[in-house]
Amino acid sequence: MDLLKEVENSFEVKKEYPNFKSGDTISVSYKIKEGNKERIQVFKGVVIQRKGHGITETFTVRKMSSNNVGVERIFPIQSPFIDSIEINKHGRVRRARIYYLRGLTGKKARIKEKKIIK
Amino acid sequence: MPGLIGKKIGMTSVFSADGKNIPCTVIEAGPCVVTQVKTADKDGYNALQIAYDEKKEKNTTKAMLGHFKKAKTSPKKRIFEFSDYKDDWKLGDTITVDIFKDDVYVDVVGISKGKGFQGVVKRYNFRGVNDATHGQHNRLRAPGSLGASSYPSRVFKGMRMAGQTGNVRVKVTNLQVIKIDVEKNLIIVKGSVPGSKGSYLIVEK
Repeated sequence: MDLLKEVENSFEVKKEYPNFKSGDTISVSYKIKEGNKERIQVFKGVVIQRKGHGITETFTVRKMSSNNVGVERIFPIQSPFIDSIEINKHGRVRRARIYYLRGLTGKKARIKEKKIIK
Repeated sequence: MPGLIGKKIGMTSVFSADGKNIPCTVIEAGPCVVTQVKTADKDGYNALQIAYDEKKEKNTTKAMLGHFKKAKTSPKKRIFEFSDYKDDWKLGDTITVDIFKDDVYVDVVGISKGKGFQGVVKRYNFRGVNDATHGQHNRLRAPGSLGASSYPSRVFKGMRMAGQTGNVRVKVTNLQVIKIDVEKNLIIVKGSVPGSKGSYLIVEK
């Protein structure tokens, strides 16, 4: 198994992203290619989970669309299409994977903000 | 086909230059030692016998021990014969993974994972009877009809039925080579290969 890890490490590109975890509200700037043009789309929502490690690590972001339908997107953290990640809010949650958020809407789906004293 | 004996290490995924996430398999191929050079004059055909993976001396028969001694190498677990090796390899030479360095595609042979005695749904991707109601009972994964009735009055040979699934030799052709690591004897190919982690494979040009 160690050989597999060595291979994964050799392909890993170290990227500087802020350290976010589930419950945080983040904006992911994602590069989208249309023909020859490239533009950046921002996907803002709550992080539901971080999964895996190394080059296979992914994270799931959930947001409510304009017509109140939940939209979830899974991003591989090593994806070259991710331009930047910005933390908007640190949330206080007690689980690493907050799937229960899927069943909640409106006021119930709020997450308490964690105050970080610098 | 010239090739090497190897071992499946496992699967992972890498990002290509255009940003696509590619599933790939890591294979440890070689280093293999030439244990016998067969020639047309002596053996009737040209081939290269190579061996891979260390084995304890106490687990080796004396006959095999002598065979390895001729090649001046330690006992090995797997032995395989390859034809059409172009370069002149001599007895006792070590062949490493860099014979693949100019190849874009390779073939991989392995023993697929055994699934035991399986029905036709798993074995041949039959659909079974899709209804659970409308008079159906115990038929959800059934094969259906085996053929016509009074003519031919028999079931044709080769009719696909339930039976042992997997644990057979499978060859996967044209796997794209993503990377070769000569130092660690690794070859990384796109897609999957037969067998479980640690099972022996044959990587061919």
